[in-house]
Amino acid sequence: MIKIENLSKTYNSKRDAILALSEVTLSIKSGEFVSIVGPSGSGKTTLLLCMGGLIHPSRGKVTIGGDSIYDLDIKKRAIFRLRNLGFVFQTFNLIPYLTALENVQIPLALAGITDGKQSEKAAELLEKVGLTDRLDHKPRELSIGQQQRVAIARALANEPKIILADEPTGNLDPDMTRETVSYLKLLNQTGITVVMVTHNPGAAEYSQRRLRLVEGRLIE
Amino acid sequence: MNLRKIILKELLERKKQFLTSFIAILLGIIVIVAVKSVSSSSEKAVAIQLDNLGANILVLPQTTNIDNYYAADINAPEMPEDYVNRITNSTIQGVDNMSPKLSARMKIDNYSLVLTGILPKNELASKPIWQTAGFTDPGLQAACDPNSIMNKSRGYKDPKLQRMAIDSLGKYDCLAGSDVVSKLGLKEGSGIKIKGTEFKIVRVLPQTGTVDDGRIFVHLRTAQKILGKGRVVNAIEIMGCCSAISEGLLGKLRNILPDTKITTINHIVQTQVKTNNTMEKFSLIFLIIIILVGGISIGNYMWSNVEERKKEIGSLLAIGASPKDIYYIFIGKALILGLIGGIAGYFLGSLAGMILGPQIAGVKVLPIPFLFIWAIVIAVGISVIASYLPARRAAKLDPALILQEI
Repeated sequence: MIKIENLSKTYNSKRDAILALSEVTLSIKSGEFVSIVGPSGSGKTTLLLCMGGLIHPSRGKVTIGGDSIYDLDIKKRAIFRLRNLGFVFQTFNLIPYLTALENVQIPLALAGITDGKQSEKAAELLEKVGLTDRLDHKPRELSIGQQQRVAIARALANEPKIILADEPTGNLDPDMTRETVSYLKLLNQTGITVVMVTHNPGAAEYSQRRLRLVEGRLIE
Repeated sequence: MNLRKIILKELLERKKQFLTSFIAILLGIIVIVAVKSVSSSSEKAVAIQLDNLGANILVLPQTTNIDNYYAADINAPEMPEDYVNRITNSTIQGVDNMSPKLSARMKIDNYSLVLTGILPKNELASKPIWQTAGFTDPGLQAACDPNSIMNKSRGYKDPKLQRMAIDSLGKYDCLAGSDVVSKLGLKEGSGIKIKGTEFKIVRVLPQTGTVDDGRIFVHLRTAQKILGKGRVVNAIEIMGCCSAISEGLLGKLRNILPDTKITTINHIVQTQVKTNNTMEKFSLIFLIIIILVGGISIGNYMWSNVEERKKEIGSLLAIGASPKDIYYIFIGKALILGLIGGIAGYFLGSLAGMILGPQIAGVKVLPIPFLFIWAIVIAVGISVIASYLPARRAAKLDPALILQEI
């Protein structure tokens, strides 16, 4: 389902060029749970963002479900993300001035769903992650774990085929880490492909396959 | 939830930061609207005063000596009456009415008087002599714009009617100034012989304290005939719209009547022009200040806002927002900022004008509806232009740099 061929990414700064990814080739099947591990600065997030259509690679090709995503124009790529991908970030990246319900509504709004249906669907998703009593709370009024659950609910809003999680347990305590990864595993069992970048070997154990990146190269 | 709600929620969340830029644009609009309101009311007030004087431009033959503006036509050389048609047929704007005159000084029973030929329907209703004579509505005021509310409110369906001081004047009828009748022992209905022609005094004009008290007014055609002149006149009184005078009406008249002397009530017009110019400069200075201060303030605020919301922008892009959506979020915010600043600035500026107008310019100031649109266009324009670059930057932010944990 996800096919990456000879993917390279170089960041050009004023002083020098940083090679973040070098000739990465991999394939992830539909319904797989894959973790990407590696030291800091190894290019894990860059690889994930390339898969998500958020960074144009310097070379190579990313194909998802038959669509070469970087051959799509910016608008079509945004629509592609909206319909097919869900992102979960280490720092959750919730919109601070919106409530939990409104945060989950955003992807639905971008998909053109009406206000009433947005609220209904968002409340349903927050109920699934156990936050029925926190719908009108802003992120600062939620615990770290609750914020991550809101972020997961938001990622699921448009029923994506793929979840891309960037260090989803990076800010969580061991209990919350277990809970979050278990939830991702549960989602994976419903047929959703999960690609998770992590530092945490324990979290990586939940995945079916581990990919290791070192200095931008895939070594296993 | 939609982009508009996101903009509003963010504005309410970060009120303090928003407030600084809002105040900058609000103050600018308040000052400009207040100055514009006062200057516009001042211009109108002076215009009405000028219009009430009757004619404010005199066209005289080139060699006329002008010692007295109101008596300049007496014994002046002659010029063709056709000059009236020349002005009428030209494309010059701002000539509200023309009143040609032929005058001659003469003696009757050793009393020196002035015979003045007029075209009755062309006489200016607003001239004091016709108003005090009771020919017209005593409260009549003319305005530059014949379609002005002031004229319409007086019920004149045809705006030209307000210029008509005298409906008709018979071939051998005359109107006599108060000095003429008292010196010659005449009264209304009396006959008077002028250059061998018998006239009937149909109306005695009340005293005005001007040279008009020593005049006898007859029809222009009759005057031309008994004075043995052809189609000539000594003067053409013009009621020019004062704003047109400011915009160079005299120069345009001189172009089509090069062999004439064209003068105006200079000191009044110059004072008005000077006042208006000062106000205009004042408005312009404030406009520049608001563009600079308001624009810089909003631009700076927007740059900071983009920096502050980088993570949010990255998240929105990851979720499925397009760069265009991000652009709209910031431009939409600028639009709201300008809209609220423009509306509030208009109302507060109008209020300031109403309070300060009587004190600084001695005129009553009323809100000017046109300035409402003007204030909004200026405020929104500045806000959107100042936000263009920050919004573009936000739309072009690299998600990799925003969300980087490389």
